[in-house]
Amino acid sequence: MQFSELWLRSFVSPDLDSDPLGHLLTMAGLEVEEQDRVAGPFSKVVVAQIIEAEKHPNADKLRVCKVDAGTGELLQIVCGAPNAAAGIRIPCAQVGADLDGFGIKAAKLRGVESFGMLCSAKELGISEEGSGLMVLPEDAPVGADLRTYLDLDDTLFTIKLTPNRADCLSLAGIAREVAALTGAPLTLPDCAPVAAVHQDTRPIVLDAPDACPRYCGRVLRGVDARAPTPEWMKQRLARSGIRSISALVDVTNYVMLELGQPLHAFDEAKLSGAIHVRFPRPGEQVLLLNGQTVTPAADTLLIADDARALALAGVMGGEESGITLDTTDLFLESAFFAPDAIAGRARAYGFSSDASYRFERGVDFALAQRAIERATRLILDICGGQPGPVCEAVAAEALPARTPIRLRASRVRRVLGIALDADTVAGMFARLNLEVVREGDDFVVTPPSYRFDLEIEEDLIEEIARIHGYDNIPMMPPKGLVRMLPRPEDRRDVMSVRRLVAGREFQEVINFAFVEEAWEKDFAGNTDPVRLANPIASQMSVMRSTLLGGLVSNVVTNRKRQTSRVRVFEIGRCFARDAAGQPVAGYHQPVRLAALATGSARPEQWGESARNVDFFDLKADLEALLFPRVARFERISHPALHPGRAARVSLDGQSIGVIGELHPVWVQRYELGSAPVVFEIELEVLLATPTPAYREVSRFPAVQRDLALVVDQGVAAASLIQGLQSVAPAIVQRIELFDQYQGKGIEPHRKSLAFRVVMQETQRTLEDAEVDAAMTALIRHAEEHLAAKLRA
Amino acid sequence: MDQLDQLVAQAGADFSATADGAALEAAKARYLGKDGSITALLKGLGKLDPDARKSAGAEINKAKTAIESLLNARRDALQQAALEAQLAAEALDVTLPGRGVGVGGLHPVVRTLERVEQLFRSIGFDVAEGPEIETDFFNFTALNTPENHPARSMHDTFYLENGEGVLLRTHTSPVQTRAMLAHVEAHKDKETMPELRIIAPGRVYRVDSDATHSPMFHQVEGLWVGETVSFADLKGVIADFLRSFFESDDLQVRFRPSFFPFTEPSAEIDVAFMSGALKGRWLEIAGCGMVHPNVLRFGGIDPERYTGFAFGMGPDRLTMLRYGVNDLRLFFEGDLRFLGQFR
Repeated sequence: MQFSELWLRSFVSPDLDSDPLGHLLTMAGLEVEEQDRVAGPFSKVVVAQIIEAEKHPNADKLRVCKVDAGTGELLQIVCGAPNAAAGIRIPCAQVGADLDGFGIKAAKLRGVESFGMLCSAKELGISEEGSGLMVLPEDAPVGADLRTYLDLDDTLFTIKLTPNRADCLSLAGIAREVAALTGAPLTLPDCAPVAAVHQDTRPIVLDAPDACPRYCGRVLRGVDARAPTPEWMKQRLARSGIRSISALVDVTNYVMLELGQPLHAFDEAKLSGAIHVRFPRPGEQVLLLNGQTVTPAADTLLIADDARALALAGVMGGEESGITLDTTDLFLESAFFAPDAIAGRARAYGFSSDASYRFERGVDFALAQRAIERATRLILDICGGQPGPVCEAVAAEALPARTPIRLRASRVRRVLGIALDADTVAGMFARLNLEVVREGDDFVVTPPSYRFDLEIEEDLIEEIARIHGYDNIPMMPPKGLVRMLPRPEDRRDVMSVRRLVAGREFQEVINFAFVEEAWEKDFAGNTDPVRLANPIASQMSVMRSTLLGGLVSNVVTNRKRQTSRVRVFEIGRCFARDAAGQPVAGYHQPVRLAALATGSARPEQWGESARNVDFFDLKADLEALLFPRVARFERISHPALHPGRAARVSLDGQSIGVIGELHPVWVQRYELGSAPVVFEIELEVLLATPTPAYREVSRFPAVQRDLALVVDQGVAAASLIQGLQSVAPAIVQRIELFDQYQGKGIEPHRKSLAFRVVMQETQRTLEDAEVDAAMTALIRHAEEHLAAKLRA
Repeated sequence: MDQLDQLVAQAGADFSATADGAALEAAKARYLGKDGSITALLKGLGKLDPDARKSAGAEINKAKTAIESLLNARRDALQQAALEAQLAAEALDVTLPGRGVGVGGLHPVVRTLERVEQLFRSIGFDVAEGPEIETDFFNFTALNTPENHPARSMHDTFYLENGEGVLLRTHTSPVQTRAMLAHVEAHKDKETMPELRIIAPGRVYRVDSDATHSPMFHQVEGLWVGETVSFADLKGVIADFLRSFFESDDLQVRFRPSFFPFTEPSAEIDVAFMSGALKGRWLEIAGCGMVHPNVLRFGGIDPERYTGFAFGMGPDRLTMLRYGVNDLRLFFEGDLRFLGQFR
């Protein structure tokens, strides 16, 4: 909502300058988004007329003008504007004028004397138009001060209104608010009834009274649609951002801005029979004023006559029934449409209009009659004509109710945390025009017809807070029962997991949760992802079911920026359709942690030979995250990963994620250079961490024995360790793999795995015999059950 | 006995002339060895009469001790010199860079979230979370925003294909209702429900994309419900938070009336810094208000008995202001040159 301060001040003019006025509005909830002076600061600029304009003797682009600035003698002024021509009236800065700090003096330009400057709109800070002189109307009074003539001592306010304050979508509404906030007297426009000079009317039928409970119409005959719109009206419209179109259209726009009532003018000659406010019939079409033909949906309210649909009620008029410059008789509409009947409709047809914007937020349902009188008066003044009587159809029972609201003083104190005495509150309500009955400490308040936002006690409390001033409510240090929050030791928070991963040289990233459909297929084998109905772009059209795609794209991005060593991780939600999904039925939304590393294993350095990061580097990172719990890794095939270098990670028999090297096909397709290694794990698993439990430390020596077993190459080391552990006597503390060997001395398809067996007792020193027995048991089991041979 | 003094002096000179241990041992032999001068003198004592033998023996032994002490001093000096030579040879260029694992880091917005969490935890707020694919009910209806409410057009919502009544949450506010329902359920057997104090950080989504809007961004929701929670408390908590977050006691904080369907009264929060590039400008930073009675009811809480406040702020914006980042999109591009600045 944009408007001129001078227009506002014609209704209410508190003793405040523009800036404090803007602050007042902002702090009352009418946020001033922009506040601009209409023109720059300048003085001694007057209306002048160019009498003569001749080419400058020494310069092609300059003209020497003789100008009448009302001083009684012609001024010689050299001017470079291409449109400088004899006859036009223009702003003239006289010698001694000041244009925003730039002083105008008598000067010689290319040898010709010049006494002043002719100005463009840009030079005066009026608009961005700087290509030529600002041309003034032909009747502009020569010699008049330009600031006065054009009302340039004015400020444009642009207010960002919240959807609840539809009552401030007009100058009268804002004026009402300013009066309530400041106590300054309010003078609203004259809406006195205009007497009918003929009795022509049109019957009005409210077929859908809930959607349109009030409709006023009036026939005006013999108007001159070609009459010019007065300058003052054009200027006020322009300063509200509305272009002048024709006097009749301008009047309807003017009254809408002034009072907040959208109006519509039909060409009376194009109507037949009664006006109906009804819902559409099947197949009905309307050609709108914007040239669009729509087939209104069943819930779109129409204005129709006996013959056809004319307009979308409260949204936009129809082309065929609208007024033109040839219109002489018109039918003026001023109605109340219920917000529910208008809300969302314009948007459904792909546009918005000033009328629908207001109706869907709530227009004063008691305003229609006053607005039609105001518009009639203005039309008669500007275009002439003969008004008929106002015909009104009302379904009183369907008009919005204004139910009295009880406000308890105790509740005000509780919600706001401040005590206000009852008379102060009563005074605030009076300024807000709220009808109040006091019952003991309570107020019973009936809101006016223009307030759609006052329904419950809290709404009134907000009004009290607004008028009292949010600034005047103290900032209280919080009070509450001090009780410690539980911090279970066997759970760590996500931040500490992040710190652990970052400590292993990974940089956290945050990628979009909507991704390219191809990523889902490539990195998750998902051909049926969760799709967005209205994606912002095709490469953000499906919800990710894996974090891997984003991490791969981070490699691509950074390679383009000459960084080929990339170590990144992300913690975020993934999405999949799942009938058993919770808490939103049908969707599984787990939070995962994924990490990716590519390029050299260590930062570039001088002391060690470089090698690329590999599977076991990342496995160590993952094992550190899980520590002290030990996960199982089993080879699997996974669409994103190298088939020989991919593993499922499980803990306590539950699969918790995957780890592996990216599949060479994707390394090539996404141009990743060296193969990244990745893992992706359920975050929940990483948050659990066992509380330590004490085990006795033995004071007796430990015995170490090494054991080298030869097995087929395909045998997994972990399966051997598990097999050995399953039969190990109690004295065996640990069995650790310390070497893997293939080559000389070992058959080609076999490998040697060397284990260190550590044995110890807490209460005594081990005897050689029991150590030997334990080793023998392990070897026998390995040879008999694990297809292994003791290495010779 | 000048002869003995000379001998000692000679030995000292010989020892000093040696360059290493072997030479020193050879020199030692010349005086103290089997055929050494001192040894010879001692052997010669037998020829003297007992009185003379006694006094000469004492003189010779004195000289022997003196030579031994010179020998030891030279030995120590040679060892010291050898050690110094070895240490000098072992010296490193200490300016060479360190080796091994480098440094990773958190995302700048996560840094902010961590600080927000720490500050609110310090006054007893717990951290809650909610789903990002959310139901229309929790995202709008339970937040007092029925179908066709004009406030719905304030949020341009992402919807799912073939998804009835589900969407990508447009704000973290749906966590309010979920947290209230869970809290009520957890304390249903108690006479008085304990206070509910949570913050809910997370990702939210809106159909919007330009230099200042990202289709995915972050919010932190806050909620405090109790028997005596007021708007004055809300102002106190928020101002305390903002001044703590920006570590600036003179940060200006103002609350101005606004509108959200789920709070009444509602306020927009602006801050103004007293120094720096943004000095004196009011910057919109969060929305807040007293929880609307309908929202409390949807959460299973009696608005007559309990009141509450809620707020929602943008950690992306907080991060930009805190570190002077000027383009929101940088947060989501994964450029390590940018992200690495916040380690």
